[in-house]
Amino acid sequence: MGVFPLRIKGFVIRILKQLLRDKRTLALMFLAPLLILSMLSLVFNSDDYEAKVAIVDLPQQMEAKFDTKDFQLYTSPDKALKDIKNGELDGYISLEDPTSPSIVIEGSDPTVNGAVMKKIQTLFPTDSQKLSDQIEYVYGSGDMEMFDSFGPVLLGFFVFFFVFLISGVSFLRERTTGTLERLLASPIKIWEMVVSYVLGFGIVTLLQASLISWYSIYVLDMMMRGSFFNVLIIIVSLSFTALTLGILLSAFAKNELQMMQFIPIVVVPQIFFSGLFNLDTISEWLSWIGPITPLYYAADALRDVMIRGFAFEDLLFNLSVLIGFSILFIVLNVAALRKYRKI
Amino acid sequence: MNSIIQLNGLSKSFGSQEVLKNVSLNIPKGDIYGLLGPSGSGKTTLIKLMIGLETPSTGNVTFKGNKLKANELYPTIGYMAQSDALYDELTAKENLSFMASLYGLKKKKRNEQIKKVMTTVDLLADLNKPVHQYSGGMKRRLSLAIALLHDPEVLFLDEPTVGIDPVLRKEIWDSFHRLKEEGRTLIITTHVMDEAERCDRLGLLQHGEIISSDTPDAIKETYGVTSIEDVFLKNGGVSIEN
Repeated sequence: MGVFPLRIKGFVIRILKQLLRDKRTLALMFLAPLLILSMLSLVFNSDDYEAKVAIVDLPQQMEAKFDTKDFQLYTSPDKALKDIKNGELDGYISLEDPTSPSIVIEGSDPTVNGAVMKKIQTLFPTDSQKLSDQIEYVYGSGDMEMFDSFGPVLLGFFVFFFVFLISGVSFLRERTTGTLERLLASPIKIWEMVVSYVLGFGIVTLLQASLISWYSIYVLDMMMRGSFFNVLIIIVSLSFTALTLGILLSAFAKNELQMMQFIPIVVVPQIFFSGLFNLDTISEWLSWIGPITPLYYAADALRDVMIRGFAFEDLLFNLSVLIGFSILFIVLNVAALRKYRKI
Repeated sequence: MNSIIQLNGLSKSFGSQEVLKNVSLNIPKGDIYGLLGPSGSGKTTLIKLMIGLETPSTGNVTFKGNKLKANELYPTIGYMAQSDALYDELTAKENLSFMASLYGLKKKKRNEQIKKVMTTVDLLADLNKPVHQYSGGMKRRLSLAIALLHDPEVLFLDEPTVGIDPVLRKEIWDSFHRLKEEGRTLIITTHVMDEAERCDRLGLLQHGEIISSDTPDAIKETYGVTSIEDVFLKNGGVSIEN
């Protein structure tokens, strides 16, 4: 046997040994796909969404004709509209004029729109055709496509994903190349280091966020009802949470590969619980995940602006939560890095 | 003897591995103090303990008679780690400017100092080259330049001349002596014998213990040998690698 197969054999053994030494990478290769597949199956096999639909001004003579047990009964359209706006109703049908019923739908999620229509059609088994002419959408519109509804969530997700990864890997490099140790032996203070990172990346992030938002809205033609400036504020706040979380988690990675391992653990699950899939149909025992992820708030705020056209004042809650996340991560970063400076 | 650094009964273990055992040392102010020992003898760990990058398992370190404190220690010392802590994507000048900014050097002073230290390490011609184009020896010299950048009172240099050719090495050692003349203290780890002979004092490290700490001549006299290398051979048979 020549030297050629010998070298290959040695090489292969070395690679396998290296992999076996890194138990975490190995575990990820085998377990992460199981985790993601499980999540997808939970999300897609969830119960059909039960739309919350009301009947307004149901005339007495028609009460017997309709099977109304699955509907809420309202007496005023204003009250129903208010409940749509605060999320308690998905839509209503008004029978003020029984010969031409009018339908109002919340409108920001095409799946829900469909569910509302399906339910209303059960009232009119024979002549459902002409109903579609009577629909009014509170937000969005009937020709809104899935992408318009998903768009704001995906926009937030991709910004989060890339900022998280790049900032995490950069800080990790600082650690692995020894420059962090060199910095620790210099007069720089820990908080100065963290703030410098946030600012340095903040500038890059601002540019990235502007470009992605601009591209999505003006090139991909994502539905845009509100102001571009508000979208930017949300995206930038989200980027700061990604940036500070990336730096924080890089402390728990030994190399770039281990940093990547946070993607299926920390980044991808957020997309399932941020409104890309209807949150009301997610199994109850998983529903707590959404409210602890930054993307949940960012996606809600982005939909508020892009589909519902909300003004800045209406975004304050979601924005405060995002900024709160960033501050929390910054504080944790400073605390984690303090451990490295031992005197 | 006016000592600037004192180590009292210092031990350091990583897990179950004891790297340093009961090390006590006085490093006199204004000396070139050489830490000599085979690889794995604990030289780097000892340096890191002296500047607070590691905490001792037992014992303590004092700097100018006080406990180590980041805001008092770090502005006055220069540190060159064993591995080059450089930003490869940046040029030498960008690396130097960044580090200078950490020490609060203003623009004019910064440019003066950059010119001065790059002349010392003979890299002025390569100032604007990105570091990834540097050779191993050049990176070593740039790391040294960074350690000298803010005119530190005390220099901690971990194997500063590895990968540097003999002519340049001699020049660098001449510059160490010039720094000493200016009243600075230098703590240098090495495993090269002729470098050891150029130190004012030597601490010999073997298996995590200081087996001797004195002037090179006094050490040779005590052990009755003609070269420092023979001390290690006499004391357990581990030869110093070169």
